[in-house]
Amino acid sequence: MNRAAAGWCFSLPAMLLIAMFFLLPVVAALLLSFTDFDLYALADPANLRLVGLDNYRKLLTTPIFWQALGNTAWFVVLGVPLSLLASLGAALLLDSQLARFKPLLRTALFAPVVTTLVAVALVWRYLFHARYGLLNELLAHLGVGAVDWLGDPDWAMPSIVLLAVWKNFGYNMIILLAALQAIPEDLYEAARLEGAGTLGRLRHITLPLLAPTLALVGIVTVSGYFQLFTEPYVMTQGGPLQSTVSVLYYMFEQGFSYWKLGYAASVAFVLFALVLLFTALQLRLTRRLGQS
Amino acid sequence: MAGLRPALAQANAALAFALALLPGGCARSPAQPEVLHFWAVGIEAEALADVLPEFERTHPDVRIEVQQLAWTGAHEKLLTAVAGDATPDLCQLGNTWIPELVALNALEPLQARVSGSVLIAPGDYFSGIWQSNVLDGVLYGVPWYIDTRLMFYRSDLLRAAGFDAPATTWPEWLEQMQAIKRLGGPDRYAVLLPLNQFEPLQVLALEQPEPMLRDGNRYGNFRSASFRRALAFYHSLFRQGLAPALTETQVSNVWNEFGRGYFAFYVSGPWNIEQFRRRLPPGQQQSWMTAPMPGPDGPGVSSAGGSSLVIFNRSRHKASAFALIEYLSQPAVQRRFHQLTGDLPPRRSTWQAGAIAADAYSRAFRVQLERLRAVPQVPEWEQIMQAMRTMGERVVRGEQAEDEATAQLDAEVDEMLAKRRWMLARQAAT
Repeated sequence: MNRAAAGWCFSLPAMLLIAMFFLLPVVAALLLSFTDFDLYALADPANLRLVGLDNYRKLLTTPIFWQALGNTAWFVVLGVPLSLLASLGAALLLDSQLARFKPLLRTALFAPVVTTLVAVALVWRYLFHARYGLLNELLAHLGVGAVDWLGDPDWAMPSIVLLAVWKNFGYNMIILLAALQAIPEDLYEAARLEGAGTLGRLRHITLPLLAPTLALVGIVTVSGYFQLFTEPYVMTQGGPLQSTVSVLYYMFEQGFSYWKLGYAASVAFVLFALVLLFTALQLRLTRRLGQS
Repeated sequence: MAGLRPALAQANAALAFALALLPGGCARSPAQPEVLHFWAVGIEAEALADVLPEFERTHPDVRIEVQQLAWTGAHEKLLTAVAGDATPDLCQLGNTWIPELVALNALEPLQARVSGSVLIAPGDYFSGIWQSNVLDGVLYGVPWYIDTRLMFYRSDLLRAAGFDAPATTWPEWLEQMQAIKRLGGPDRYAVLLPLNQFEPLQVLALEQPEPMLRDGNRYGNFRSASFRRALAFYHSLFRQGLAPALTETQVSNVWNEFGRGYFAFYVSGPWNIEQFRRRLPPGQQQSWMTAPMPGPDGPGVSSAGGSSLVIFNRSRHKASAFALIEYLSQPAVQRRFHQLTGDLPPRRSTWQAGAIAADAYSRAFRVQLERLRAVPQVPEWEQIMQAMRTMGERVVRGEQAEDEATAQLDAEVDEMLAKRRWMLARQAAT
């Protein structure tokens, strides 16, 4: 047996599994999105209609879908930079000589990642409470009026962002920390001898060497944040005024609450296209920055 | 096709019978007991453990396997079971889900069995709840318990505002709420109508003469004068500052807030009797009560929700399943069940004795149960109610005028019912 054939033999089981449990469902979902598969079709296949691109057409003319898209975009725009800054800040802190009790600190900062969101949401709902919440109490000490965090349509999404950033920054922090620790110490030493200050070292050594990792973390975070679902599901159920309905939340509601699977599949593919587009853009941007 | 199914079922039954005889013929063990698979939801499933042994004692050849579902996943689980041909023999079913499962051809019609039963007397049931199990003239479920909405109120606050009894009409109710609001000041409210629930607005809409859907449930009817009246009343409660624009999760602890007098009226369901009894301090137990819903110009109706017992048409143990439904429908068993769960029994005779007959907090529910109105029976109802809820929220928060909001809701609902119209037209053509 030649090497190629042996290679095929070894990878065949895994590829079959991927084809069956990943590729096939995706293709089936794509086909589903061209039908009006729903409760009635489940009862009797004769009730199934091929509708071509109607689901997509309907989707693009539904105001709540556009609102969900806008909400999701707002979440990404607000959440990704904040999340990356928080991760970077925490990683720099853990990497610096200034920090004490590093293992304890590292564990504490990572803890939100491994907690259950449903339980944490309960705590955060109290933090955000308009009348008894800790956040409003702090604001009152600063002389700022109370904010109805989860009840005001303008504030609900920023509140969700706060929760999501707090919940997720630890994961990226660990990745960035590993990359920071891989930067050779002698580079810093050389820079110090040349008279570079803390900011100078950060700008000319740390950030450039961290760039590939930052790009990777950025891409993963963007595609993750596009799939916002659990936070609004447990905190606000999409309210108030549907200001926290995300694309995925909308898909869940249509697909699993109302059983309009054909329509929900079309939502999924639009989201997929969007994530693909943004990832490609980011990759291209990263490559261009890398060349210059 | 219609002829084939029963024939197959008979063949199956005959085969099962033959198989059941086989071990009995030559082995020492008694015949295998018939196993009934029973899906129940939430605390009702737990309470079954207490009432089922008696049934199994009188039916030694039947064994019941109860599977407990959670309310949050029950709907998905049922639909997947139908899709995957894995339905149980009988099931506790929220009665607004009946139209969906009927659309899936999953339920066994029960009229013939009920007519032949001495234990189940349809006339003894509150008529609103019985009707919620009848779809196009066919009976699909036997009511198990009732869930409806009425008023919980602070009797001390009402008295302080100068009223001895809760209102029976909307104008009186409005007057009482305005008086309570005047006493409470800007930080307190007269009524809590959580914006994340569709039930308060649904109940107000049910009070009106015209239904929420028209033309055989083919189109939305939310621009009708009836619904507009309900919406205008609902909206006015928020506009006048009588109700806070809050969701229930924002309130965090409705029982505490009720005790503190943050609001004096609360439209909610029977499970809250037990909650208020447990969570309010003993000193406050004399200061709250329940009352039937006031109507536009006289005592009002309320929603006929709750759970029914249904048999799936793929079951091969329908006779035993029905025997179990009969057992669970007896007044004595229902009384025991009420003690365990707090659920409201659907039969008048059940209410005539025991703890429930003496309970002051349940009295208003007893009155309300005579005035229940079922919601339109279409599979799309849940979705329609969610759209109605968000419409109500837009109006309350001043995003949309009532005219525009109801017109948009009608358009959305017509779109949701498009498939139903297509199917009805096709049925009519063949």
